[in-house]
Amino acid sequence: MDFELTAEQKMLAEQAASFAKKSSPVERFRKLRSTAERDVVEHGWENKVWKEMAELGWLGLFFPESVGGMGMRFFDASLVIEKLGTTLVPEPVVASAVVAGTAVLKAASTAQAKAILEPMIEGKTSLALAWTERAGRYDVRAVATKAEKTANGFAITGEKIFVENGHAADTIIVSAKTPAGLALFAVPKGTKGLSIQRLKTMDGKAAARMRFENVEVGADALLGEPGDKAALALDAALDMGAAAACAEGLGIAQTVLDMTVAYLKTRKQFGVAIGTFQALQHRAVDMFVEVELLKSTCILAAIKADDGDVEERKRAISIAKAQLAVGGKFVVQQAVQLHGGVGITDEHDIGLYFKRMNVLNASFGDEEHHLARYTSRPAFTADAG
Amino acid sequence: MDLSFTPEQEAFRAEVRAFIASGMPADLKKKADDDGHFEMDEVMQWHQALAKKGWIAPHWPKEVGGTGWDAAQRFIFGEELERSGAPVLSPFGLSMVGPLIIQFGNDAQKKRYLPKILSGEEKWCQGYSEPEAGSDLASLRTTAVDDGKGNLVVNGQKTWTTYAQYADWIFCLVRTNSSVKKQAGISFLLIDMKTPGVKAVPMLTTGHTPAFCDTYFDNAVVPKENVVGPIDGGWSMAKALLGHERTLIGAVGTSTRALARVKRIAKSTMVDGRSALEHPGFVGKIARLEIRLESLRMQNYRALAGAQLGHAPGPESSILKIRGAEILQQCFELAMEIMGPDSVSWFNEAGVIDPGEQWIASTMNYTRATTIYGGSNEIQRNVIAKWILGLPANA
Repeated sequence: MDFELTAEQKMLAEQAASFAKKSSPVERFRKLRSTAERDVVEHGWENKVWKEMAELGWLGLFFPESVGGMGMRFFDASLVIEKLGTTLVPEPVVASAVVAGTAVLKAASTAQAKAILEPMIEGKTSLALAWTERAGRYDVRAVATKAEKTANGFAITGEKIFVENGHAADTIIVSAKTPAGLALFAVPKGTKGLSIQRLKTMDGKAAARMRFENVEVGADALLGEPGDKAALALDAALDMGAAAACAEGLGIAQTVLDMTVAYLKTRKQFGVAIGTFQALQHRAVDMFVEVELLKSTCILAAIKADDGDVEERKRAISIAKAQLAVGGKFVVQQAVQLHGGVGITDEHDIGLYFKRMNVLNASFGDEEHHLARYTSRPAFTADAG
Repeated sequence: MDLSFTPEQEAFRAEVRAFIASGMPADLKKKADDDGHFEMDEVMQWHQALAKKGWIAPHWPKEVGGTGWDAAQRFIFGEELERSGAPVLSPFGLSMVGPLIIQFGNDAQKKRYLPKILSGEEKWCQGYSEPEAGSDLASLRTTAVDDGKGNLVVNGQKTWTTYAQYADWIFCLVRTNSSVKKQAGISFLLIDMKTPGVKAVPMLTTGHTPAFCDTYFDNAVVPKENVVGPIDGGWSMAKALLGHERTLIGAVGTSTRALARVKRIAKSTMVDGRSALEHPGFVGKIARLEIRLESLRMQNYRALAGAQLGHAPGPESSILKIRGAEILQQCFELAMEIMGPDSVSWFNEAGVIDPGEQWIASTMNYTRATTIYGGSNEIQRNVIAKWILGLPANA
């Protein structure tokens, strides 16, 4: 048992914390966010910051050196993601450098992976993974989108309802059914027949709804082979996404706890700081307990995300994501409650964190999804004798 | 970052399991396997088996009878005991007064008391709470007055003195000075239960076990040499004791066993024509509870890793107490819920309900104590609010 960060990991976390604080405080997100009245500025994020992140090595932290990555572990990336969560940094690190990147890495040949991932890791491009379908909800295998063989490659037809960073990505990795099984294709933005509808989301970010109408791609757009490998790559990608959501959620939970405790110490009512009231103290303690438990499960999820044991990965990540669904939600709800009226104003940051946590809980599998996955493991009933 | 136990630690775990399997008297083992209830003499049988093995006080220094194990081994040992369903050892000698005497007692006291705690020859109980001093323990009123002849004369009443009716000794916090701040006038006193004027009156708990007593002191004459540490210095010693090892305070092993029991009960309980372990509503409840427990397990490992590095358990170990106690309660609540009509059966003769379910209702009742004893969950929250969150004191 060892929960100490290495010197290198401490440095990475400090670097990310400092970046969040200095280069991308919440005010920056406010300027870039979409609102009901205003659509996003540029993508809702900035290329120059994306490049800066690339220079820091953050876009390829856990990808192997053979595709241009740093050859570190997902846990290292989770430290960065957590810190970026503390100020709602809008660049698509999770969508592009975790989720879509993992799908490519796991499904594609090394040459394909390098061709797609290297420019992304260098900050020249960004990626999106188009997997969500209406009927499938969180099931990566419930795919209606079809890819049919053509003379030169494939023609893809179908609809993806929620594609993170889909509005901005240069390359879209899309899942589709083929006669040989599930497959992943790399489709460049602007390909004929691909229509991308920008989708504003509650948290002030943007995503995309995508319609593929007979989108023709070459044979080399198929990443690896159709079948199990592609499905397992999608599983891995979404698990990474869930683990990343937990890390980001932890950053948010810790931040709103700190904000709330600070508020309890300064806000006065009845002539005293409201933090003297035991009802509010205990609520803050309950938030603290949930934050600590989130931290514990996030560590578990991040460590198991890429240690090679797939069953253990699924177990750990479902525990963490289900914990985020309950504990993360509790923390942001109580943060709003303890701030009182100002907590539900748009001008206060608490609401931004509240909304982001809700989006995280709806992403990469909600509580029911992860409970179902958790209970479907034979080990769940094994100890019933 | 490493979330696993080392091969050496796993080998140690196997050794502990093997001893529990072979070293526990057969009739106790059968009861443990069936999640049975143990009477005091059975608890002491197990105490003696562990004492004979030399494993009775792992958290004591080796020179006074400890095992010399490190924090991880002590944790593994405690976890395995919990998971085995073995009788829960009485903590009052081994975990409370023993460590306090080791830390603050004089040589004569160490020599007099420690060996008999280890052997189980003398059983202890705790005299802290009083009818008017619960969470506000420093308000205690039991007095100990110097008679000028080398004795303290004790008068007052202690309550919730668990298993005092079986105890040979009681360790008490008593008031030796009423003219100073309330915390500053308290001494730590060891009292022989056979002392004239000391009387333990058992009362039933809601679980229908005689676990509690009121213990009365009517001019009980106690030699002053039975005071541990300085006169009027008892409060800080009692508080220091709370700073001792707390990695097992979340009872994660106990809840792990309890949850497996919940699943066994679910598997054999029919709900709408199928087992409750196939009923989506019950499966969801079990899974939510298990995920809470697994989260706490990781929290516990973090605390253990800190202990391995020699960090004193800080107020954050209150998290383990708060959530651990809640989870254990929820295990028995859920067992009751799944049992349905059988859950209300109350000490009926064998065969009325499944033997493995016989004690569930009683335990559910008694388990309400877990959020009350050892500093109620509300007190634990006060501790975190003050010492971790730095929230201001109530005006």
